[in-house]
Amino acid sequence: MSAAIARPRRARLRVEASLSQVVAALLVAAFLLAFLLVPVGRVILTAFLDPAGGFTLVHFADFFRTSLFLESFWNSLYVAGLSVVFASVLAVPLAVILARYRFPGRALIATLGVLPLVMPPFVGAVAMQLIFGRNGTVNLLLMDWFDLRLDLMEGLNGVIFVQSLHYFPFILMNLAASLSNIDVAMEEAGQNLGARGLTLLRTIVLPLSLPGYLAGASLVFVKVFDDLATPLLLNVTNMLAPQAYLRVTSVGLADPMGYVISVILIAVSLAAMVGSGLLLRGRDYATAQRGGGGLSQRRMTGQGKLLAWLFVVPVLFLVLAPHLGILLLSLATIWSFSPLPDAFTLAHYGTVLRETPQFLTNTLLFCGIAALIDVVLGVVIAWLVHRTKLPGRALLDLAAMSALAVPGLVLGIGILRTYFDTRLPGGDSLATWWGMLIIVLAIRRLPYALRGATAALRQVHRSLEEAAENVGAGKAATLARITVPLMAGGLAAAFVTSFATAAVELSATLVLVTRDVDAPLSYGIYIYMQSAAGRGPGAALGVIAVLAVALCTWAAHAVAERERSRRARTSEAQEAA
Amino acid sequence: MLSPVLSRRAMLAAGGAAALLPGVARAQLEQRVVVVTSFSRDVTTPFATAFEKAHPGTKVEIQNRNTNAAVAFIRETRSSPPDLMWASAPDAFEVLKQGSLLAKPAIDTSGIPERIGGQPTNDPDGRYFGFAVSGYGIMYNTRYLRANRLPEPKEWADLTKPVYQGHVGISAPSRSGTTHLTVETILQGEGWAKGWAQLLEMAGNFAQVSDRSFGVPDAVNSGQYGLGIVIDFFGLSAKASGFPVEFVYPSVTTLVPANIAMIEGARNPNAAQAFIRFLLSPEGQQILLDPKVMRLPVRAETYARAPAGFPNPFTNPSLGARVSFDNDVSELRYELLNSLFDRVITFRLKELVEAWKAVRAAEAQLAKSSTAEGQRLLAEARAKLTTVPVTEAQAADRAIAGAFRAAKPDQPSAGRQAQFEEEWDRAAVAGYAEGKRLAEQAQRAR
Repeated sequence: MSAAIARPRRARLRVEASLSQVVAALLVAAFLLAFLLVPVGRVILTAFLDPAGGFTLVHFADFFRTSLFLESFWNSLYVAGLSVVFASVLAVPLAVILARYRFPGRALIATLGVLPLVMPPFVGAVAMQLIFGRNGTVNLLLMDWFDLRLDLMEGLNGVIFVQSLHYFPFILMNLAASLSNIDVAMEEAGQNLGARGLTLLRTIVLPLSLPGYLAGASLVFVKVFDDLATPLLLNVTNMLAPQAYLRVTSVGLADPMGYVISVILIAVSLAAMVGSGLLLRGRDYATAQRGGGGLSQRRMTGQGKLLAWLFVVPVLFLVLAPHLGILLLSLATIWSFSPLPDAFTLAHYGTVLRETPQFLTNTLLFCGIAALIDVVLGVVIAWLVHRTKLPGRALLDLAAMSALAVPGLVLGIGILRTYFDTRLPGGDSLATWWGMLIIVLAIRRLPYALRGATAALRQVHRSLEEAAENVGAGKAATLARITVPLMAGGLAAAFVTSFATAAVELSATLVLVTRDVDAPLSYGIYIYMQSAAGRGPGAALGVIAVLAVALCTWAAHAVAERERSRRARTSEAQEAA
Repeated sequence: MLSPVLSRRAMLAAGGAAALLPGVARAQLEQRVVVVTSFSRDVTTPFATAFEKAHPGTKVEIQNRNTNAAVAFIRETRSSPPDLMWASAPDAFEVLKQGSLLAKPAIDTSGIPERIGGQPTNDPDGRYFGFAVSGYGIMYNTRYLRANRLPEPKEWADLTKPVYQGHVGISAPSRSGTTHLTVETILQGEGWAKGWAQLLEMAGNFAQVSDRSFGVPDAVNSGQYGLGIVIDFFGLSAKASGFPVEFVYPSVTTLVPANIAMIEGARNPNAAQAFIRFLLSPEGQQILLDPKVMRLPVRAETYARAPAGFPNPFTNPSLGARVSFDNDVSELRYELLNSLFDRVITFRLKELVEAWKAVRAAEAQLAKSSTAEGQRLLAEARAKLTTVPVTEAQAADRAIAGAFRAAKPDQPSAGRQAQFEEEWDRAAVAGYAEGKRLAEQAQRAR
């Protein structure tokens, strides 16, 4: 009886999954299991254990009975929601300008638009306070001139302000990639039917770019919801992530409540991710033509140009103010209660380059490899999820995305617990080996690459792959020679996001790094920023981090542009032939 | 008080005997020594460089973590621990010692007084050693005070004055071992009820409760707010680095040793012991006076070369002498105190500050035209804002304080931590709302 039922199911399996797909899925699953699910699971289990070691839900009941936690929960939702709104206000116009218009300074916007993500920990915080804080440059000048003080950095609104500035590039990059993938034919079809200007934007362009927007917006929501550094920097403790962090680090690793909050953070983040996926369900965003290389880029009218500049310049000033602050701090001798530093010096750069050059090379190496792993994993997972019928494929996606919701501290502790006793040949521990740091960085930033890869893949029409398969290419060959090249722009964006954010990762790094010589920049900055005399060198390292990431971003952008123009040229050549 | 001294003597004798054995004292140093520390690069680098110069062939590897994370790290890495733990907070060392995580190295401490400012310098059991002492006090930005026309503070009580409204910063004791000691010192020096009243009134002036120790000196250095409650070297080293700041010791302060200890099962025991000896030697002590370090040495002779105006506990007997710090009291209520401070101050700072503003306004009003009814209401409002929902006896009750410890099945506790915390939170919110209401009534009273 049971055999009779089992056989057709097996038969179905055989038909719908090829060996290479199964192997790929198993490899990815093993990686996620070993370095994400098991370590985090070990830590989270604490949330369900009573002191005697038995299973209990009393800690969850305590959570919902505690007014402070409930208040924190609503505060976190409020802040995350409003941050998405304000980030969209910044990002959507920039993305449209970037993708649709021939605008002098496009490359500048594209590069500068990524920089806010690269806010080195602590220096970024200090710089923001020095510029926007209650006695920062802006307020000191305002008080001098108008006797007026803006509480930009106070309370929940302060968190929303900083988060919107910090994370809007997620929307900008994903939306811009999405927009430039829309086939010009769609737009032309709309134009042929009489749509112009805003109508065209509203009915054709924006709906077609929805996958990119939602990918970015859900990232912003989840990041803000889980983010620790900004609320802590503003001393806002009545939010969920800071509460979890404060519990784990001050009450101790054995305290269950911190893990309960972590579980709730993970649950809400997953819900946001799944929710944004559901919004896209049942719609098709792919366009079959790949000839045009994206939206036609049009020339701006004089008035349009003026409007664009009027928007772009203040926004850029706003988002780059912290970086300006870091730069000033890195060049300052003493900067205390004054709009600008007392005097300038290059000595801090000397200190940093003389004492700790390894921080920079480590960062480039670690984060480069981690981002590469992310792009490969991201493509494979996106492909398995959207192009195969492998059973359980959605779980892979969910597992990889859940990394977004795992606080770095929890992952770090989990890795330490799971792998510390495993020895490398040299006698060092596997958990504190620099290779492990790369893996952890890759796990932490995988969701960014995966979102980017998924959005890029959604826009590649299946018919293109089917065409390749019809002429005899295998699945793998199709993926490698057709699908991935078509996704190049999106993948470049994915690489940059992963790389740039990995370069400033701190929470897991702090747990796992044991030796100065193996440490990345973010760790170095943290170390320097712990003392009064270290502010300058710390800021100098911050500037170096920002510059390194900006260079890499620019390079990736250039690669994507070249790819795009190459495609456009090829199609022109074909048309000519 | 006698027994710890005796056992310390016994330890010294044991240490001396061990030092005489040539095999132990002259052992070949290993190639590296791994140090976990909460100290910044500025502090560790000069020591590491000087040690490496004195012992060529041995490399000092610094691992930088905050104190709590360092304790957790040493616990998690039992099978292959770092060699040394080097940090300020003595209570962290006590925790490690209780967990049998500290070794008992052979260190000769002759020439270093047993007590400085009334406190024992070294662990009586010889598991950790004080290499410097630190006191707690008030650091302030002179430019900021001048711009805002604020007087310079001298005592903790000064910080309760209305003039400092919104100008004072502190870090949470749950987040900073040094602030924990400050708060505990105030509570022991002034008594539980009076101490809390002073802390809560001070909190009415807080601009922020920071989540890391260095957040406070950092904000004072950059002028985000004017005054901070900090450990001395934060103030002294910032001043030595050129920031426009000053530091004062209030009379209720205590000098607490900053410590170093060898971890049980250390892989490089000889190099580790050599590092401890170096730290305690006259050469090592001299490095404490480096402008970027600025800590009070434990050897009296080192002060001869200190800059003018440098505090000296050996010639200034009043420094730290007023409070005799009781470690047992502190240890028992350690976690409870952290949690209580967070409930009534850190997490409810907004409500508390609002309520105190109302009280200040009422005081100003009543100073102009005083009424008996107004004074009565004001006194009631003050009472609401200066009491905590826990008595000293309750804080010392093992059943209650035990609820805040890492749970042990065999220990009875009067409830779960979450229950107490919810109770305190409600009490604080209700009390501050009531206090604010009463103060507003007092202001209107005719």
